[in-house]
Amino acid sequence: MNEGRRRFIRAGADALVTIPIAGAIAACASAPAATKTDSANAAGGYARLLILVELKGGNDGLNTLVPFADPVYYRLRPKLGIARDAVVPLSDRCGLHPALQPLLALWKRRELAVLQGVGYPAPNLSHFRSIEIWDTASRSDQYLPTGWLTRTFAATPPPRDYAADGFIIGSYDLGPLDGGARAVTIGDAARFGDRARSMHALASAGTPALLHILRTESDIVQAAAQLRTDVTLATRFPEGAFGNAVRTACNALARAKGVAVVRLTQNGYDTHANQAPTQARLHKELAEGLVALAQGLTELRRWDDTLILTYAEFGRRPHENLSGGTDHGTANVHFALGGRVAGGLYGAEPALAQLSTDGNLAPAIDFRSLYATALEGWWGLDPRAVLGGRFETLPIIRA
Amino acid sequence: MRSPLSIRHLAFLIVALAASLAQADPRALAQPAAPQRLDFDDARHLLVRTGFAPTVAEVRALEGRTREAAVDALLAQTRAEPVVPPPAWTTAATLPEDLPHPGMTAEERKTLRQRERARIVELRGWWLAEMRATPSPLTERMTLFWHNHFATSEQKVRDARLMYAQNALFRREALGNFATLLHAVAKDPAMLIWLDGARNRRGAPNENFAREVMELFTLGEGHYAQADVAQGARAFTGFTVDRVGGQAVFRPRLHDDGVKTILGARGDFDTDGALDVLLARPETAMFLVDKLWREFVSPQPDAAEIGRIAGDFRASHYAIKVALRDILLTSAFWDARNRGTLVKSPVELVVGTLRTLDLDPGDMRPIAAATSRMGEVLFAPPNVRGWPGGDAWINSSTLLARQAYLARATRAVPDAAMAVSTRDASASGSVDWPHLLLPLPAVSDAVTEAAAEREPAALIRATMLDPVYQLK
Repeated sequence: MNEGRRRFIRAGADALVTIPIAGAIAACASAPAATKTDSANAAGGYARLLILVELKGGNDGLNTLVPFADPVYYRLRPKLGIARDAVVPLSDRCGLHPALQPLLALWKRRELAVLQGVGYPAPNLSHFRSIEIWDTASRSDQYLPTGWLTRTFAATPPPRDYAADGFIIGSYDLGPLDGGARAVTIGDAARFGDRARSMHALASAGTPALLHILRTESDIVQAAAQLRTDVTLATRFPEGAFGNAVRTACNALARAKGVAVVRLTQNGYDTHANQAPTQARLHKELAEGLVALAQGLTELRRWDDTLILTYAEFGRRPHENLSGGTDHGTANVHFALGGRVAGGLYGAEPALAQLSTDGNLAPAIDFRSLYATALEGWWGLDPRAVLGGRFETLPIIRA
Repeated sequence: MRSPLSIRHLAFLIVALAASLAQADPRALAQPAAPQRLDFDDARHLLVRTGFAPTVAEVRALEGRTREAAVDALLAQTRAEPVVPPPAWTTAATLPEDLPHPGMTAEERKTLRQRERARIVELRGWWLAEMRATPSPLTERMTLFWHNHFATSEQKVRDARLMYAQNALFRREALGNFATLLHAVAKDPAMLIWLDGARNRRGAPNENFAREVMELFTLGEGHYAQADVAQGARAFTGFTVDRVGGQAVFRPRLHDDGVKTILGARGDFDTDGALDVLLARPETAMFLVDKLWREFVSPQPDAAEIGRIAGDFRASHYAIKVALRDILLTSAFWDARNRGTLVKSPVELVVGTLRTLDLDPGDMRPIAAATSRMGEVLFAPPNVRGWPGGDAWINSSTLLARQAYLARATRAVPDAAMAVSTRDASASGSVDWPHLLLPLPAVSDAVTEAAAEREPAALIRATMLDPVYQLK
């Protein structure tokens, strides 16, 4: 429990009044009221949707946004380097992996922001520790027990009549929603509603494990009541695991009264060996899936109220290894997409000539700046208590 | 709210006092003055925690024994070989044309892929059949523990024979010696493929295995540096996999025989030498005992006990039974407050349900599919860290899959329930199903109502559908 925590008094179904406890940190007390602001404002509360896309295993950023103008890139990537004429150019210095071609339409509409060099200081190269750092928004030397969205929702809960705080699709771990948020894991929205008919919510509990089961039951009951309705979308979704996850997300969004966050996971990016065909396949699925997601959200009239952010535990080592793959690295390339996103390139081109002694890149954008942008720029919340400090927001959202 | 707090406070003082006594005499906690004899609940607890849900007859057979006698009996029954014969292809010779090779037609490739898929499904079914039939459930629980510890997935290995060979290794050393197991795993063909060891060669190091062996198999995160990983990777060079023979092959020309410094130790280490450096570190025993504690006792390891048991484990040169015996004889293992604190894994849930009711579904492949829906796909853990386990087994999707399986399984119950009730009731009274099946009192009214009706099938169904049945 942190000191800057506020006490909330529930004053109706979803209207919340926040009262900073006397003695709360000054920064917090002077912050503007952080719940629902008018959508005329820059930020619009939980009526705005955040979709996180996890590129699990650590996508290779250097072959996602290829810095083709930098000769060092081709020296570090004698086998894996993507030729200048193969990339989808975004500027005269860099371009997308050829399999990401479907994203070009979004780029041209200026609804795709490409963020270069997202990472954090003193990086950890373990998958598990590094994704924990991302999920909990901790410093590299700090261990936090709850996800950054769980802390956000504990301080400012989404409306009670929402189906859930968040939907989790394509993964069993709850990531940023771990540790207490109302997170519902969905395989298939229609079947979820049907099968949940047999569940019954219970109140009392013995051990923490039992309490966890009973809470999960209660979350299911609430989400299922909404996901049971019948909806058919005209959008066509691509085949494959990520396409299915996108389809499930759109179906769930079509049925639910509300949800603040959707977290999608695409697996398979830990490409220590024979990376080229694997990454090409994954990027094709990713790009086609994101385009279908944009179409589905447009059909649902949610595209202008959606911010999509990709993330991963780390990028990969600039120097390719001799197995035709790349080892664990640090700073990485990420995407922000949505109807209100100010498209373009952000961050800094990778300084390939100035790698660390481990052969890794220094970050240009702290990942918590991305979170601060979602919290403040998107939802209108004060991000400082959740993120444990002040992180610059990125100008990626249009007013 | 005051009095529970002060009771907890008191309990804390007692624990602290006990811990300080334990420091004075490390054996104080392990060997209580009077031998404690198992009642029905204790016997049931021991069997569920070290195996799968038992039958009422198995519980009654342990009642009245001392803790030591019961634990030693379980440890004496362990096996190194399965009782259910594995599929014939696991031991048949492989011809080069049975493996993917250049020049194959698309059709041949497809056939091969389908064969591999069918074999993995068959292998899952076979393992679950072994778990259902084995006279030593502890052996299979430890085999599964090692599968989770050295988590290797067929999705990258893509050879069911190699996955079987690794499973046989885990069973052979399930309760054998951890050092032997670790050395064998480092040269196991499936592992060499899974963590790219077969691609790690002199002048072209691949850090994948070196990192995970330190972080996940021995020391734990925070007990090594990136430099140790890089140096370790050099030591592990030289192995390749002969796909036809299904064997690891050491090729001296691919091995980096130069001097390396790993965790402060300097030498021209090879795989065995580097592993011995890791095994010499006290963190390794601590890391493993902590993990065993979470598997068998509770989600909250007791630091003093972990230290004591890790000391014994190390002194025994990593005899797994020494660590396990210590763990099963801690007072924490038997403490009533630790009952119902662990979530059954999907495999424990499905196999336990079959064993406790003495059900035989014949074909176990649908059972394997059920565990997959609950988040545990055997031979395909989510990543090298294995399944996170604990409360993470339960989310809104897996809980629905668990309830669906139990609803289906208990539809077949009436006959089996009558058989079990009749058989065991004739020996010693009727079966108290909620008592046999649950570690804590039921929370659902349906159980009380069904108990009042005196209808065993309805009672079993209600009990298994109670949330408490998910716990052990």
